[in-house]
Amino acid sequence: MSNRAKLFLPVVFFLGMLGLLLYGLGRNPGEVPSALLNRALPAFSKPDLLDPARTVSVDDLRGGVFLVNVWATWCPPCHVEHPYLVEISGREPDVTFVGVNYKDDVEAARTFLAERGNPFKINIADVDGRLGVDLGVAGAPETFLIDATGTIRYKHVGVIDNRVWQETFVPLLAELR
Amino acid sequence: MIAKARKPLLQWLLCMLVWLAGGGAFGQLAIEERSFADAEQKARYNDLIADLRCPKCLNSNLAGSDAPIAADLRNEIHDQIMAGRSDAEILDYLVERYGEFVLYDPPLHPGTALLWFGPPVLLLLGVVIVRRMLAATGPGAAPAVLTPAEQQRLQDLLKQQSEP
Repeated sequence: MSNRAKLFLPVVFFLGMLGLLLYGLGRNPGEVPSALLNRALPAFSKPDLLDPARTVSVDDLRGGVFLVNVWATWCPPCHVEHPYLVEISGREPDVTFVGVNYKDDVEAARTFLAERGNPFKINIADVDGRLGVDLGVAGAPETFLIDATGTIRYKHVGVIDNRVWQETFVPLLAELR
Repeated sequence: MIAKARKPLLQWLLCMLVWLAGGGAFGQLAIEERSFADAEQKARYNDLIADLRCPKCLNSNLAGSDAPIAADLRNEIHDQIMAGRSDAEILDYLVERYGEFVLYDPPLHPGTALLWFGPPVLLLLGVVIVRRMLAATGPGAAPAVLTPAEQQRLQDLLKQQSEP
């Protein structure tokens, strides 16, 4: 390498670092990679939110495509997401919507569903958050897609809106059917 | 008067001292009552929550976080220790769910090679560059050799200086 070319090495190095840092800025550091992907849904047994005498277990989530939405009334983004879930649950008859009410006041959660509509066929009350920990939930809302074999195929962190649904969930569901 | 004004300050300093002795900002924010069968279990618990990162709060460990998820994970770790599970089993359980994101001491594999070897490689590179720069400009580098013509001109200039 000629000496003249060597003079440009620091510039090349600087531009390289700049590119790396710019790339780093654009990423969301809170996005935890979904570790349970392509694993079986962990076993659980939790009371039904709407009928506490009933128990919901992992066996109730078998033999079909399930969309498991982790939500709570204390979570403002869940309030934003809720009307959209109500809308799509009516549109997708072959997907069973499951609500996991995460670390919430069950009374408040029941009132919330009664007033704003209940998109979920199955409602699970996870008052102590143990199911959340078992699912690797870091906050709400989070949404899992479970296939007919009981395997977690996708995890979405954050609100599901029309864009997320059309771009991510619709192609995945087409694949799972 | 002066003595009176000093008293609150002294009290405040004493409070700070007690706070720092208790670990201050680096200790456990959440004060939780935990029972263990023996001191070893307690030490394992404290080590685990110090080395695990809270999944929701990026730059704090489980011990230092007030986030509800951190409290849940502390509960989970406590229960698993009490159930007799080993540290490795507990770490596996958490990594399975929250990924290696939760480890402040990540294992070495191709995905983390840059993380582990990046800083020493950069340091080595820096040392090499500094040494080369010093070699190029330092004493003894590139001995000043004058051509006979330059030598002659130097002598002339020196002569001019000494005999004005």
